[in-house]
Amino acid sequence: MDKMPRWADVFLTPLISLILAFFVSGLVVLYIGENPIEALSILIEGAVGSAYAWGYTLFYATNFIFTGLAVSVAFHARMFNIGGEGQAAMGGLGVALVCLMIPWPHWILALPVAVIFGALFGAAWAAIPAYLQAKRGSHIVITTIMFNFIAAALLVYLVVEVLKAPGQMSPETAAFQEGSNLPKIADFLRTLGLACEGRPLERVCRAPLNIAFIVALVCCWLVWLLIWRTRLGYEIRSFGHSEEAAVYAGISPVKITMIAMLISGGLAGLMAVNAVMGEAERLVLDTVQGAGFIGIAVALMGRSHPVGVFLAALLFGALVQGGAELEFEIPAITRDMIVVIQALVILFTGALDNMVRMPLERMFLARRKVG
Amino acid sequence: MDLLTILQILDSTLRLATPLLFACLAGLFSERSGIFDIGLEGKMLIAAFFSAAFAYTTGNVWLGMLAGIAGSVALAALHGVASVTFRGNQLISGVAINFLAAGFTVLIAQNWFGQGGRTPAVAGPARFEGLNWPGALEKSEDIRNASPLMQAYSELISGHTILTYVALITVPITWYVLFRTRFGLRLRAVGENPGAVDTAGINVTSLRYIAVGIAGLLCGLAGAYLATGLAAGFGKDMTAGRGFIALAALIFAKWRPWYALFACLLFGFLQSLSLRPDAVNNLVRFEVPGQLLDALPYILTVVILAGFVGKAIPPRAGGEPYVKER
Repeated sequence: MDKMPRWADVFLTPLISLILAFFVSGLVVLYIGENPIEALSILIEGAVGSAYAWGYTLFYATNFIFTGLAVSVAFHARMFNIGGEGQAAMGGLGVALVCLMIPWPHWILALPVAVIFGALFGAAWAAIPAYLQAKRGSHIVITTIMFNFIAAALLVYLVVEVLKAPGQMSPETAAFQEGSNLPKIADFLRTLGLACEGRPLERVCRAPLNIAFIVALVCCWLVWLLIWRTRLGYEIRSFGHSEEAAVYAGISPVKITMIAMLISGGLAGLMAVNAVMGEAERLVLDTVQGAGFIGIAVALMGRSHPVGVFLAALLFGALVQGGAELEFEIPAITRDMIVVIQALVILFTGALDNMVRMPLERMFLARRKVG
Repeated sequence: MDLLTILQILDSTLRLATPLLFACLAGLFSERSGIFDIGLEGKMLIAAFFSAAFAYTTGNVWLGMLAGIAGSVALAALHGVASVTFRGNQLISGVAINFLAAGFTVLIAQNWFGQGGRTPAVAGPARFEGLNWPGALEKSEDIRNASPLMQAYSELISGHTILTYVALITVPITWYVLFRTRFGLRLRAVGENPGAVDTAGINVTSLRYIAVGIAGLLCGLAGAYLATGLAAGFGKDMTAGRGFIALAALIFAKWRPWYALFACLLFGFLQSLSLRPDAVNNLVRFEVPGQLLDALPYILTVVILAGFVGKAIPPRAGGEPYVKER
C-alpha cells in the first residue's frame, strides 16, 4: 500500500520543498538588507505581470523544457546527466552550421534540419560519456562534467579562430541568413492582424519567444509517449528501477545506457534551436548560460514527468526573467540570487527530499489509522 | 628548453597541485567512508571567498583561513545532513552545494565589497607569502647564474607558501591515519560494509559525519590556498573545475593517499603547461591552441576515467545511504 496519496507525492512534497527553498532565499535577501516581500513582488510582476514579461518567461522556459527533459530521460534510466550544458553548447554548433552553410529559402525548411542537427550534435557530445559508462564503467557524472569544460574550450576555439566573421571584433559568427530566422511572437501577432504599434504591443514584439516553444511542447509529448507508451521506454524505466531485474528480463544495459543518454543529449542539443536559431540568430560564446544546470532542478521538481517538467520550466523561466527585472530594480540582488534559489530547489527537492517526505508520510499514516 | 624553464614549470606544478591535493585528500576521506562527494568544488569556492574576505577585513591571513574552513565545514555538514541523516542522493546534494557556493559567494561578495562579485586584493599579512629556505636565492638573476643544484633548491624546493608544505605533509598523515590507526580501519570498513561495522557496535553515522567533516576541513585549506596563496583575492568561480579534477585524481589514485599525490602532481603539471604556452610551443615546434592546453586536464581526466590506466574500484558502499534496519 502506498504511504501517501498520489497527489501528496506529486504535488504536495515538491510544493513544500519549493516553499522551503523560497523561505531560505528570503533569509538571504533579508541578510543583504532588502525586503524579501518586496523582492518577491517585483520578481512576480517582472515575470508574469505583463504580456512582455510572458514573452521572456516563456522563452526561458523553452530552454529549460529542453534541458529538463534531457535530465529526466537520463534519470529514468537512473543516470545523472550533468552534461546538459556542454551538450546544448554543441547543439548550438550544429544549428549554427546548418544556418550558416545553407541559404534557406524559408524557415519551415530550415527548422526540421536544424532540429535534426541540434539533436545530433548534442547526442554526439553525450555519446562518449555514455559509451564509457556502458562499456568501461566510468562514472557518467564526472565524465559529463569534464565534457562541459571540453565543450566550452572547443567552442571558444571554433568561434574565435574558425567561425568568426571576417573583420569582426566580438567573438561571434556572422548573422544567420534571413531564411533561417524563426518566426517570433511579433510575427505571430502580425499574422493575427495586430501591428506592433502602441504601448503594450510594441514591447511584446521585442520578446524573443519563438516557434521553438511549440517544438518544446511537442518534445514534452514525445518524451511522455516514449517513456510510458513504448517498449523502449518500458525498458529504460525497468533498467532505472533495477539493473539486475532488467538484465534478467533480457534488457541490455549497454543498449539502454547508450540510447537513454543519446536521447538525453539530443534533447539538450535542441535547446539551441530556441537560443541560437530563435533568439541570437548567430553563434555567440556561452549561448547556454547555465540552462543545462537549471535542467537538473527542473527535472527534480518535475519528478521527471513531462507535465512536471513543463510546469517547473515555467517556474524557472519566470525566476530568470523576474530575476533580471529584480536586478534592475534592486541592484543589490544580482542575478546570482537565481543561482542560489536554483541550488536550494535542487537541495530541497533532490537531496533533502526525505526531510520533507518522512514527516508527511507519518502524518498521512496517522490520519489513515484514525479514519 | 633549458633547465631553468623546466624548473619553473615544475615549480608552478607544485603550486597548482596544492589545492588539488587538499581537495583530493578531502574526497579520499569522504569517499573511503562511503559518502560520494562531488561538492568538493563548492566547498573550495566558499572557503576561497570567506578566507579572502576575512583576510582582507582583518588583515590576518590566518583568521581568513579559519573563516574559510568554517564556511567549507558548514557546507560539509549540510552534505552530511542530506546524505547521512536524510539518506538523500549524494550526487544531487553535491550538485546543490556546488551551485549554492557559486551563487552565494558572488552575491555576498557584491553585498560586502561592491566590486562586481570579487573581494578586494589581499596583500602583505593578509596573504600567504612564500617561505624562503635558508641559503635559497631570491632574485631571479641570481638564480639564473647559480649552479643547477642551487637552481633546483631555490626555484623548486624553497619559496612556496606554508600551505604547499602542509599539503605535502598531509599525504603521509592521511596514509597513517587511514591505514595504521583504529579510526582509519573503521573508516575504511564503513565505506566497504557499514552493516559489519554496525554489528561490531560502532556508530556508522558518527563515523561518516567525521569523515565528511575532515573533507570540509581539507577543502577549506584548499580554498584558503587558492584565494590567499595562489591568487590575491577571490574572484567569481575561481575554482574553475579544480574540485572535479581532484575527483578524477582520486579515481586515478584508486582512493589511495600516495597515488593521490602523484595524480595531483600530474594534473598540476598539465595546468602549469597551459600557463606556459611558449615553452610548449617551443617543444612541439608548432603552435598549440591555447584552448587545447586549457582543456588538457579535462581530456586527461576522461582518458583516465575510461580505464586506460587500470581498473579503479571504488569503496563498495560508496553512494549508498546506510539504513540500519535493512
